[in-house]
Amino acid sequence: MKQANRGWWYTTTGAARERRVWGTAAVIALALAFPLINRFLGLGWEAKVIPIALFIILALGLNVVVGFAGLLDLGYAAFFAIGAYTAAFLTSPVSPFAFVREGHPVNFFVTMLISAAVAAGFGVLLGAPTLRLRGDYLAIVTLGFGEIVPLVVKNTPDITKGTQGMNPIGFPEIPGVLFAVDPVPWYYLIVTVLLISVVITSRLRTARIGRAWAAMREDEVAAASMGINLVTTKLFAFSLGASFSGFAGSIWASYLQVIAPEQFDFSVSIFVLSMIILGGLGNIGGVIAGGVLLGGVDRILFDWISGFVHGIGAAINNQDLQFMDVSRSRQLIFGVALVFMMLVRPEGLFPSARRKAELHAAEESEGVAAQERAVVVEIE
Amino acid sequence: MGEGKDIDLLAAAIVIGITNGAFIALIALGYTLVYGIIELINFAHGDLFMLGTFACLTTLTILGFGTEVGIAGTPWLALVIAMLVAMAFCGGLNVLAERIAYRPLRKAPRLAPLISAIGVSFIFINIGLFWQGPTPRRFPDLLPQYDFLSQFFGLHTLVRFTVKDLFVLSLAVPLMLGLAWVIQNTRMGKAMRAVAQDSEMALQMGIDVNRVIAFTFLLGGLLAGAASLMYGLYNNNTVFTLGFTAGLKAFTAAVLGGIGNVSGAALGGFVLGLLASLTVTYFGGQWENVGVFSLLVIILVFRPTGLLGQIQGDRA
Repeated sequence: MKQANRGWWYTTTGAARERRVWGTAAVIALALAFPLINRFLGLGWEAKVIPIALFIILALGLNVVVGFAGLLDLGYAAFFAIGAYTAAFLTSPVSPFAFVREGHPVNFFVTMLISAAVAAGFGVLLGAPTLRLRGDYLAIVTLGFGEIVPLVVKNTPDITKGTQGMNPIGFPEIPGVLFAVDPVPWYYLIVTVLLISVVITSRLRTARIGRAWAAMREDEVAAASMGINLVTTKLFAFSLGASFSGFAGSIWASYLQVIAPEQFDFSVSIFVLSMIILGGLGNIGGVIAGGVLLGGVDRILFDWISGFVHGIGAAINNQDLQFMDVSRSRQLIFGVALVFMMLVRPEGLFPSARRKAELHAAEESEGVAAQERAVVVEIE
Repeated sequence: MGEGKDIDLLAAAIVIGITNGAFIALIALGYTLVYGIIELINFAHGDLFMLGTFACLTTLTILGFGTEVGIAGTPWLALVIAMLVAMAFCGGLNVLAERIAYRPLRKAPRLAPLISAIGVSFIFINIGLFWQGPTPRRFPDLLPQYDFLSQFFGLHTLVRFTVKDLFVLSLAVPLMLGLAWVIQNTRMGKAMRAVAQDSEMALQMGIDVNRVIAFTFLLGGLLAGAASLMYGLYNNNTVFTLGFTAGLKAFTAAVLGGIGNVSGAALGGFVLGLLASLTVTYFGGQWENVGVFSLLVIILVFRPTGLLGQIQGDRA
């Protein structure tokens, strides 16, 4: 039991642990070498991989809320929007702030921190009254919030430029690096932020607060009677998750150079949620794998399939196939994947041992037998 | 003159609100019935309603009334058939979804069926997209354009109470009363109440819990199907994304009335319809959903049990 609490690299011993360390090192090395590989093989995937990496940052943040603390947040895109608009307000020439318009944009890296703080602040504002509610009510409140934010942006064109969107947005400034023309610095910036996020979330998971989240997620009453303050513990998870979404939003705004309310609708929240459910709630490696998998399907595989289908259509001279939009089935595929995962493998493809034990323990009605199994799995 | 106009405007908003409230209430009943019995927020319910409008549209098209606008005689028989088809379709689909996506998760942690319901909602939306395409579809305008206030009573006001309003109300209210009767007076209704109170105990008393739950989903689907015809005939349009906002509004109504409470959902539907139409009248259409969702957040914060909800610490 003790070992399980010390961090994912400690959960196994000996050869298995060594494999894990090497595996992690290999993934990091691959991630760092990707631009070279990309150029060497002529894949031209920069424009696809950068959004995937950014969405993995979002997934890591949402994983803190849903995976660690067990709070279902369906309005995560709202914080993403708040972060992006904060960045735009602080750096764009069309900002509502006079000092920014008059040529004094805030430094990008400062903007990132401010975006994170603003998003976390909204997280506290929304969370403080609603986190007392039971789980599925929270889901609906966050869903409503996720709807309100883009609507308010759309309806206040004086401040946010409404549906027209805000453009341009300030670039990061590092001497000698041209963010405006080259995607490679973007890639490294986002991967660096991603690695920092991984370190932060994995350390948090095993810290005192992380163990409190796990205890709360498994049994609120028991956790409360052990002296955990449920509201502040939940609130911390919620606003921390929001802050991840906030700085990811500021990077996204600067990368895209234009933001508009429809980029932050419900499907973004669900896309990120699908990533962490598919990969394995609560398990950081799983979340990343889920993000790579879903992002890859969404950005790379769909393109291939539609190219393939259009090719067949051209070959057999079938108009329908030639112009079929495969991404129209995107939601269908996500929907089927969500239902299928819940029915067959609710713990995700790469679950954390603890989460798996929880989910399977709940399936069995004999409490004692289930508890025994849970203990066995954790000791492994 | 000014004051009279203000009152007219208010009265017009109230009539629109009550009529809109009627179909919001019917959808809200579907949420509240399911929540009351298995404590699941049936996320896909709004999209079920959307598919209902498509079923009506397809049925009316097959019957030859797909594109009619303002015809002389209303084809009542076709409307009855369309409504029955939509009710059967929604009821059946809801039971099917329950069987496939929710029943296997009965003992899973709370979030599992909710996420599964989100998945079902996505599947429904995509079915709708393939069925009627991405652009809004016109729904045939089959009811006569007769305004009782100006044409029957000869009043000169902005307020309109047309055949459409009458149609919606005279269908929705009996359906709600019928539902109340089923729950209060039939054997199945009694079983539903028993399962809602304590499903394990109900099982021990010999109630087939799975059948009762399936029946609850059937009732919710039937009401959504009926609401879909009313919505189509009243608003004369439908689109595959309709379910999301309709569902959220209805869910808000259910929470407003006290989720799990059947008469609360009906009341909540009317109150929400009024609130939405007043927001549209006084703040503009683009603020309608902001008003609705803000109300939802406010209720959940200050009175999570709703207007008529029971005082149950655990419920909220």
